[in-house]
Amino acid sequence: METAFHLLAVGLLVAAVAAMSLRHLVHCALCLVAVFAAAAGLFLTLGAEFLAFAQVLVYVGAISILIVFAMLLTRTRAVDAASLSVRPRALGVTAAGAVAGFVIAAVLTSRALPEKAAAAPAVPVRELGRELMTQQVPALLAVGLLLTAALLGAVVLALREPPAAPSGKEPRA
Amino acid sequence: MSPLERYLIVAALLFGIGLAGALTRRNAILVLAGIELMLTAVNLNLIAFGRYGGHAAPAAGQVFVLFVIAVAAAETAVGLALIIALFRHRRTVQLDEADELRG
Repeated sequence: METAFHLLAVGLLVAAVAAMSLRHLVHCALCLVAVFAAAAGLFLTLGAEFLAFAQVLVYVGAISILIVFAMLLTRTRAVDAASLSVRPRALGVTAAGAVAGFVIAAVLTSRALPEKAAAAPAVPVRELGRELMTQQVPALLAVGLLLTAALLGAVVLALREPPAAPSGKEPRA
Repeated sequence: MSPLERYLIVAALLFGIGLAGALTRRNAILVLAGIELMLTAVNLNLIAFGRYGGHAAPAAGQVFVLFVIAVAAAETAVGLALIIALFRHRRTVQLDEADELRG
């Protein structure tokens, strides 16, 4: 368990840095898949099997494919020759480092965290399903509604506009 | 270092990396990917707290993560649709070239 955690954590962080800093978009997408897979592995080490599988299905499967499709559909040039960052890069990295450092310092110095690492028993899937179907029914219905709305909204947003010219191939500028 | 702290530190680092990407990358798709990394870090925190943070409601953390995953999927779908619509209008997904409110 110990070794698995260290391997997964190091792999996750290295892949995340690569995904956010590489120049080639497809490499970034592949590293993103590695990050999501390593996160699923970390969920497994925490005893959350169902969430690990949901993570694989939703992130490694669906969202990565969606991101790759968006990259292909919006591709102007495979390798971005110009600068990668939009604002002063040092400023953004410093801000992010400050946030991460602050959180880590808080974690290491906090006395609110439970001292004894008594792991709760892993939650079985049956328990999770019962929780969803009894106590969380309104939230579940709301999520269903939200997913439907988001699906329709995404289709409407990405819909090709009716052609202005009779030739109709070129989108309106 | 307790197991909970290890997971929290990994999640904090992942959150920082995602934030750095979301703040600095020019490509809108990678900004969205940075936000996804931050959400994954949050999910990791929630599960770790559910496992090691007391026994009050062991299933609550995992149920919350399920909802976060569903909402994040919806957010990504709408975000990528917006990026594709932006690309159709401007022929670019570089954020600094799309800085006007009027289309």
